[in-house]
Amino acid sequence: MWTKHAKFERHSLWMIIGIVIVVSIGGLVEISPLFYLESTVEEVEGMRPYTPLELEGRDIYIREGCYTCHSQMIRPLRDEVERYGHYSLAAESMYDHPFQWGSKRTGPDLARVGGKYSDSWHKDHLTDPRSVVPESVMPPYAFLRDKDLDYREVQAKLSAMTKVGVPYTQDQIDHATDDLEAQADPFDSRATALKKRYGAKLAQRDFDGDPDRVTEMDALIAYLQMLGGLVDFRTYRAEAPENQR
Amino acid sequence: MVLLYIFTGVGAFAALLAAAFTKDPLFQFHSYIFLVAFVLGAGVMTAGVAYGKFRSEPTRYADGVIRAGVIATMFWAVVAMLVGVVIAAQLSWPTIFYFPEAGWLNFGRLRPLHTSGVIFAFGGNALIATSFWVVQRTCRARLAGGVAPWFVFWGYQLFIVLAATGYLAGITQSKEYAEPEWYVDLWLTVVWVAYLLVFLGTIWKRKEPHIYVANWFYLAFIITVAILHLVNNMALPVSLLHHRSYSLYSGVQDALVQWWYGHNAVGFFLTAGFLGMMYYFVPKRAERPVYSYRLSIVHFWSLIFIYIWAGPHHLHYTALPQWTQTLGATFSIMLWMPSWGGMINGLMTLSGAWDKLRTDPVIRMMVVALAFYGMSTFEGPLMSLREVNALSHYTDWTIGHVHSGALGWVGFISFGAVYCMVPWLWKKDRIFSNTLIEWHFWIATTGILLYIAAMWVSGIMEGLMWREYTPQGFLANSFVETVAAKHVENIIRTIGGLMYLSGAVIMSYNLWRTVRMPGHEAQPQGLASLPALAAAA
Repeated sequence: MWTKHAKFERHSLWMIIGIVIVVSIGGLVEISPLFYLESTVEEVEGMRPYTPLELEGRDIYIREGCYTCHSQMIRPLRDEVERYGHYSLAAESMYDHPFQWGSKRTGPDLARVGGKYSDSWHKDHLTDPRSVVPESVMPPYAFLRDKDLDYREVQAKLSAMTKVGVPYTQDQIDHATDDLEAQADPFDSRATALKKRYGAKLAQRDFDGDPDRVTEMDALIAYLQMLGGLVDFRTYRAEAPENQR
Repeated sequence: MVLLYIFTGVGAFAALLAAAFTKDPLFQFHSYIFLVAFVLGAGVMTAGVAYGKFRSEPTRYADGVIRAGVIATMFWAVVAMLVGVVIAAQLSWPTIFYFPEAGWLNFGRLRPLHTSGVIFAFGGNALIATSFWVVQRTCRARLAGGVAPWFVFWGYQLFIVLAATGYLAGITQSKEYAEPEWYVDLWLTVVWVAYLLVFLGTIWKRKEPHIYVANWFYLAFIITVAILHLVNNMALPVSLLHHRSYSLYSGVQDALVQWWYGHNAVGFFLTAGFLGMMYYFVPKRAERPVYSYRLSIVHFWSLIFIYIWAGPHHLHYTALPQWTQTLGATFSIMLWMPSWGGMINGLMTLSGAWDKLRTDPVIRMMVVALAFYGMSTFEGPLMSLREVNALSHYTDWTIGHVHSGALGWVGFISFGAVYCMVPWLWKKDRIFSNTLIEWHFWIATTGILLYIAAMWVSGIMEGLMWREYTPQGFLANSFVETVAAKHVENIIRTIGGLMYLSGAVIMSYNLWRTVRMPGHEAQPQGLASLPALAAAA
């Protein structure tokens, strides 16, 4: 029997074909069903794509490597549900390209941090974490407050997202810049149009307390403040058979 | 040669155009790096042709590129481990090691620099250098492709520089161990295909009828990493002149693709590749044949088959469907056996040569590497059980686990191989100082033990504190109390890491002195000197 293996040892092509077949099976069996099994992602009410300002904030979250210390995935364990809120659903990250579930909690989970703290707490905390949480080991992000948000490409970002499957409408793409500016200013006249496009569950404020400009701090706080608040859990029945996975 | 000139010329022109027309300052920065690299490449080629450096000598092994690889390995080892010590210090003393005005030195940007630096810069260079050494000796053939091995070497360094500067500047797609953006991924693909062709081309030229077992592992590593890299990095750039891209997958699918990649970066980059290294250098140094030929066949095929399935254990209790989690955990436990097959095959190769452990610190280093490999491949299946994972996931325990594998297994087997290769490559009788190797061994081993013990304690402690309840049924600890509780362990971890780094610095000094020692006229390094090992397989 062992001499049969000589075929692989003497012919590199057989060896390559063998390796490719052997390493492909596991991935095909595990990953491909997730793309067609309908039960993979639950049916929920309330999910919408990120607003342009939130999307820019999310890109800053990614740029700064927040995912290296903060997860966005609450597990269905008693202590996690009591500490962070309802366990995370697959539907809640269905517009996340890429996902931000994370793998490490050097800091707490952020899947439902939205609305937990005030904008000014976030601003103080990001500027100097130890000013509000003395034992914190988080890095300071004061520079976000001083840096104007570069949103020249926001329209291109929305249309790239559409191409990978996020259902932005043409109207939303066309008005991306307007919507972004409107969300960071509580007195902006374009607010009604913004809310018509993205729904009422949307915070339209001057997030960083600096009314004169849109900073990176505005975008990041706008993103943090919407995390975990979209799904309407009053209409979600966790025990329903279609939600059992 | 003409092709290479066209390649660098077109590359430089494209980089110049990109730099000129982009509105994105980060993309412009990287375009300039590409431009400089292509211009330098063309310049070096011209100089090389002018001085006749590129005449190939088909009767000799190509060792120049391996010497460069060894230097790069040690350089990146020190850099990446230093970054690791810095971020460990940041978590221990946040008021001292964070600089509010220098956001690019924050933990979130340095951490990918550390992980990619250790895995791809240190580990990758060690793998490329040793694979070039091993494939030539076990095939009795010179590296294929003329200057192609040099292209692989320098192309890979360019990839590292782009990735590293990108992280500091904030260019990342946030997929762990696959953070570089789309254009860096494309560049790495080009380099990797060239690497595969050089490796395969050398195998095709072989004068031995059989392909030696080390080369099976190197081949599996190169091919599978290519597949993983391509699938996980499928992304759509915002525009061709913008650094940012968005993954083709989202949410739960993206998570599984990522951890299928992430776990097999461990399985194929950090395991299969380094097992290839082990299968050459352990028998060679011990002067004993590989313990069992049959075991190597069985554990090779079962290892590469089972590893691929294990990814979902990174996503226990998440929104990933439970059938996938169960499948992942089942295969993770099965993985224990082929992993230990490799360990046993390595350790038992020392049969009849165990006395060398006492006198030869290099072989002791490789044996300890195998011991750490066995330890962490036992710990891994344990942590992949749902019940254990409920406690260990998101905690420092995971960090300790990867470091017992990375520092113990990957680090020590690479150091062992480099200690073997340097006297051969630079034609010296021995390493400059055996005493310094002893120092390196003991400082680094103690460092690893401090590191992983501290992480076990802090990981299990924080896991238990998160789920601790008061008798009244309330959560006992706020999150920040669990952060504060880890202060001492964080400091011990920093010290352990610093000790391991010191070992690497001592080693670099020792190797530098070895290279500077007066040489001897070694036995001819022609193709005739066939290693006895190829037959021993």
